[in-house]
Amino acid sequence: MKIESVFLLFLGVFFGLVGTVYWFWSYEDGGTMMLAGTAALGFLPGLYYFFWHKRFHGKKFFFWGTAHGAGDRPSDSDDATIAEGAGVIDSFPNSSIWPFVMGMGAFFTVLGLVFGMWLAFLGVPLIITALTGVTAESRRGGHV
Amino acid sequence: MTDVLDPPLVVDQPHEPDGHGNGHGGGHEAHGPTGILKWLTSTDHKVIGMSYMITSLVMFYLAGIMALFIRLQLTSPHSTLLSFNQYNELFTMHGSLMLYLFAGPFAFGGLANYIVPLQIGAPDMAFPRLNALSYWLYLTGSITMLLGFFVAGGAASFGWVAYAPLSSATSSPGIGGDVWIMALALTGFSAIFTGVNLVATTFYLRAPGMTMFRMPIFTWNMLVTGILILIAFPVLTSALIMLFCDRHFGTHIYTVTGCHLVNGAVTHTCGSPLLWQNLFWFFGHPEVYILALPFFGIVTEVLPVFSRKPVFGYKGMVFATMAIAALSTGVWAHHMFTTGAVLLPFFSFLSLLIAVPTGIKFFNWIGTMWHGQLQFTTAMLFSIGFLFAFLMGGVTGIMLASPPIDFATHDTYFVVAHFHQVLFGTAVFAGFSGLYYWYPKMYGRMLNEKLGKWHFWLMFIGFWVTFMPQYVVGLLGMPRRVASYPSNLGWQSYNIVSTVGAFIIALSFLMLLINFVVSWRNPVPAGNNPWDGHTLEWFTTSPPPHHNYTHLPPIRSERPTWDYNHPDNLTVHHGPAKSPPKEKVPVA
Repeated sequence: MKIESVFLLFLGVFFGLVGTVYWFWSYEDGGTMMLAGTAALGFLPGLYYFFWHKRFHGKKFFFWGTAHGAGDRPSDSDDATIAEGAGVIDSFPNSSIWPFVMGMGAFFTVLGLVFGMWLAFLGVPLIITALTGVTAESRRGGHV
Repeated sequence: MTDVLDPPLVVDQPHEPDGHGNGHGGGHEAHGPTGILKWLTSTDHKVIGMSYMITSLVMFYLAGIMALFIRLQLTSPHSTLLSFNQYNELFTMHGSLMLYLFAGPFAFGGLANYIVPLQIGAPDMAFPRLNALSYWLYLTGSITMLLGFFVAGGAASFGWVAYAPLSSATSSPGIGGDVWIMALALTGFSAIFTGVNLVATTFYLRAPGMTMFRMPIFTWNMLVTGILILIAFPVLTSALIMLFCDRHFGTHIYTVTGCHLVNGAVTHTCGSPLLWQNLFWFFGHPEVYILALPFFGIVTEVLPVFSRKPVFGYKGMVFATMAIAALSTGVWAHHMFTTGAVLLPFFSFLSLLIAVPTGIKFFNWIGTMWHGQLQFTTAMLFSIGFLFAFLMGGVTGIMLASPPIDFATHDTYFVVAHFHQVLFGTAVFAGFSGLYYWYPKMYGRMLNEKLGKWHFWLMFIGFWVTFMPQYVVGLLGMPRRVASYPSNLGWQSYNIVSTVGAFIIALSFLMLLINFVVSWRNPVPAGNNPWDGHTLEWFTTSPPPHHNYTHLPPIRSERPTWDYNHPDNLTVHHGPAKSPPKEKVPVA
């Protein structure tokens, strides 16, 4: 988790610096906002991963969190054996019709914005059905 | 090399009908529904990846045919082959199909979807259903884009950049423009979901021992591309929604129409056409690297394998990729130098700075081949072709980063030649290098090398013949996006040469089609590792089984398959010495 967090925090710091320079050089608000947003995009997940890195190594994140100290994940360890990854990785769906249904729903809905809202009456129920279906399917196991 | 090395990965599959956690070499045909239902319901990253590639190749061929019509129109100063409006529609759709529906989706939807989980030892993408949804949004977005040709008033005709106020309802009435906006909204969400999936997969599903600095460069580049997608595409999608509101709901976000003057001054509620350019290029310039970085990754996989060497400067490559991505997000306004409303030194300096990490990459690619045992396979030839093509596009890019040169050449054919050399160099040369390289893994059969080399040489010659005259005619002053031009300015001969080149390129792609047919009708089995490849995908069967691996080799470097197959020639670790590995690499 350390490299992941450093990588994202680097993005945050870089765009924070570039945004600051840009603002004081140009006083242009649109570009500054986009650079600030990009900096936030680096900082938010970067800090999250840093939090988990600290927890893995038995340290608190500033004053927050309970120390676990499980150590590096096998995928972060130079010396990990394949056997250390044995066990359940996760559950993965073999097939699902719901992404297709949702895609068709989105298709009809956006076409409805162009050709007439009657198409959206076809699309929106498909989206709702697919959301319900995929949620029920995920609750039985497996990632979205 | 079929020894059992370590306990197999165990994958829990609650929806697996036969209860087998791992495939056993049966290919991805063996599980779940079959036929058209399999395609409609599959959440397997390999099926989705191939669907992406096939769809994007169809888009590539369609856009190529449009380019031929554009070139034919320009062979004569006053050609009547196309009306002005048809010409505008064709160059808009050519650009839109190539950039939004081919180059990006082929790389991050197709190759990355197929290859990244294999390269890191993962059973699938992190969110398989979201991955499938990404494809369906991409496919429906592509269909929506093409629908534009069949609606009243024709397809969008305001260019692939849709500059305001040209893209407003007043300047571009008709629903072709609306269809174009909705198509990009669908593909925009598709790209965002794919970006999320790529980042989550590389962060969470790496095999034990596959540390970040052991990931293949292609996977690194796809990770960085995923983050760039998450930076860039939401901006485009929201900008498009605002454009749609301007066209239909009476807002004035990008137009000054309807603004009120107070004492002769425009009120602050007024819209601005330049806002569109700012938002679009905040997406558009990272998009150039979203299109380039995956292809840099492909070349960085191909060159070491066919040079029989590890990649030269692995960490340098990784940091150069990060630097390119970071800098590319801060240079959006170098497309807007001539508006007079941007900070020239800031954007010029950052644009020129991109040349440094790109130069590092070139240095490392040459270093990888240096003193290597070069094998000039089709994939290798395409990668070397990429180096020449991208170098030319890159050098002219440095020229255009300088405002005085940009002011002189803006909106001329010089710019057209520059970005075609950059994007054709990456998406086409490097993209087809990847296709020839990984096709045996995907289908378990080889492509014909002789036909492949015909494809390469015709394309290489056609490429230079097409685009070099465009630099010259651009410097002579020919503007882009014109369907006719004065006959007394000496531009016609350059245009004729360029058109001949375009048809040579078209001929080269006929070779590819023939090659597919030959490979399909007379299959030559590829085996698991026909190129003696280095990375993990070459360890599994061709095509890989459902959920990819039954067994994995020890991962002690960025070349685990090479280390396993060549225990007497192990890859040297990066950086300071680590503690000795717990496993002994077995001898077959």
